[in-house]
Amino acid sequence: MALVMTEKLGTHEFAAVRADFPLLARNVRDGRPLVYLDSAATAQKPEVVIDAEQDFYLHHNAAVHRGAHQLAEEATELFERARESVAALVGADPGEIVWTGNATGAINVLAHAIGHASLGRGGAAAQRFALAPGDEVVVTGAEHHSNLIPWQELCARTGATLRWIPVSDEGRILTNRLEDIVTDRCRVLAFTHASNVTGAVTPVAPFVARAHDVGALTVLDACQSVPNLPVDLHALGVDFAVFSGHKMLGPTGVGALYGRRELLEALPPANYGGLMVEVVTMESATYSMPPQRFEAGTQMVAQAVGMGAAAEYLRELGMDAVAEHERGITGRLLGGIAELDGVRVIGPTTSDQRLAVVSFVVDGVHAHDVGQLLDDAGVAVRVGHHCAQPLHRRFGIAATARASASVYTNEADVDTFLEALGRVRGFFGVSDRTAVAR
Amino acid sequence: MTVSAMEQLYQQLILDHARAPHGHGLVPAPDGDAVGESFAVNPTCGDEVRLRVALRLDDGRPVVDSVCWEGQGCSISRASLSVLTELADGQDAATVGARIESFRTLMHLRGGGLEPELEDELGDAMAFAGVAKYPARIKCALLGWMALRDALTKVGVHPEGTE
Ligand SMILES: Cc1ncc(COP(=O)(O)O)c(C=O)c1O
Repeated sequence: MALVMTEKLGTHEFAAVRADFPLLARNVRDGRPLVYLDSAATAQKPEVVIDAEQDFYLHHNAAVHRGAHQLAEEATELFERARESVAALVGADPGEIVWTGNATGAINVLAHAIGHASLGRGGAAAQRFALAPGDEVVVTGAEHHSNLIPWQELCARTGATLRWIPVSDEGRILTNRLEDIVTDRCRVLAFTHASNVTGAVTPVAPFVARAHDVGALTVLDACQSVPNLPVDLHALGVDFAVFSGHKMLGPTGVGALYGRRELLEALPPANYGGLMVEVVTMESATYSMPPQRFEAGTQMVAQAVGMGAAAEYLRELGMDAVAEHERGITGRLLGGIAELDGVRVIGPTTSDQRLAVVSFVVDGVHAHDVGQLLDDAGVAVRVGHHCAQPLHRRFGIAATARASASVYTNEADVDTFLEALGRVRGFFGVSDRTAVAR
Repeated sequence: MTVSAMEQLYQQLILDHARAPHGHGLVPAPDGDAVGESFAVNPTCGDEVRLRVALRLDDGRPVVDSVCWEGQGCSISRASLSVLTELADGQDAATVGARIESFRTLMHLRGGGLEPELEDELGDAMAFAGVAKYPARIKCALLGWMALRDALTKVGVHPEGTE
């Protein structure tokens, strides 16, 4: 970052942040300045992240946790320091952070480990995780496919039953259904901290309380919350959490699985091979302590170092300030859309308990066509189902367009977006009485 | 918005077809026709189409009696389905197969020209030439054509070409 910061940034100071992101200076489509409103899909990277990854390769690259040479020491030091940075960002201990390829990989590691426990692996300590017919895994109707399909498959493998908590017309998970859906049969309660479609932020406390009452494990999908909100996993009291580097200003190819120390210690491995073992004979092996137990094979070290740099960058900005900045963006997005005829937000229409992730439909114009016209104005949004088909089906639509913000998003971005969005129906010749497609 | 770039992509013909598409709505095939049906999805946006083709024999040659479809999609995919319906109805299956291949060629041109005979053969479908410049939209334009190809295969008509 350009400034050396002793104080956290005030909202107005976010203007300087933009200069940290080189890519944002480029033009698209016939010289239009880029307006990047697709950060919920993947965020742009500040120079410090790009530099950290490059610096690792230029000066410190070596296999970590191996070798008696200086480079190996340096690489290991950087790798583990990155774990500390990520842990500090989310209120965890470093030993509770397992590197994974991304959030999807993290959920799969967890689901596979639970599956292995269900087969009796991991000994008596792992039996607390075992699933069997009659047990239930509960998710919500707001989940990304990544926090749904691994549980569908785990249920198919173990005979457990998958249930889900529905969402309201505003796109909020119906917390008042917790009691009847999360029962004594529930062993795992997996839910999103914030929806990548509706932007709704889930109140975590009642979920954790209910899971505690019935003895279920909680798994929090923190993909969208970690980049945009202060997240303190210890304070939230969840058992496991997942998030991705690339959505929190870090590189692709790296993510994290958080698990409470005591649980990671009892959980059997998900993947097997080099670097996660203690003693290996031709017949069997004993496994390392966590987090290494879950990090089989050579890790994505440079990306982890980059993710650590991203965590430090966010910590310097201050997540309270980030959230405050983005709340302003949310308000401007929602306020502007509310003034446009024929544009409907799928999700909460106030900034309360909500991220600057705004999905919408334009009456009479398909999301793909909306996205095309926005793109022509230099505005990058996502169109489609955003890997949440059941949620879209819940609203009776196949696709939405989605504008999403990050630390670097400014009011001018929002205004360019709104101005272009305001021209969409006119371009397609849609009045309130004719509809092309949805 | 550079109206020109968008107007090139969204030609009036495309917008008109999208607004009032031909062949929209599944109807029963005429008695005695062989019927092929296909369901195609565009996984990136979740768009889907169910397409039905009815074939009759005319002097021993298969002829497309009618094409009908239903589904959800953007203006490009709907207009493409509509134009395809017009270009297939009443044509012998071999001609339809050739048009499918020509349309695929058009989508993968990326700026190059098409041979004049192919242009004539594609007629209104030439309005989709601008789509080739937007790789993300090629699938939208092709959705219906690939469904037609699949439906024809199911009644034993194998359009030439690979893929
Ligand atoms: C809420 C949520 N969960 C999970 C994921 C999956 O993240 P990744 O693709 O990085 O594994 C995403 C990303 O789209 C997301 O938004």
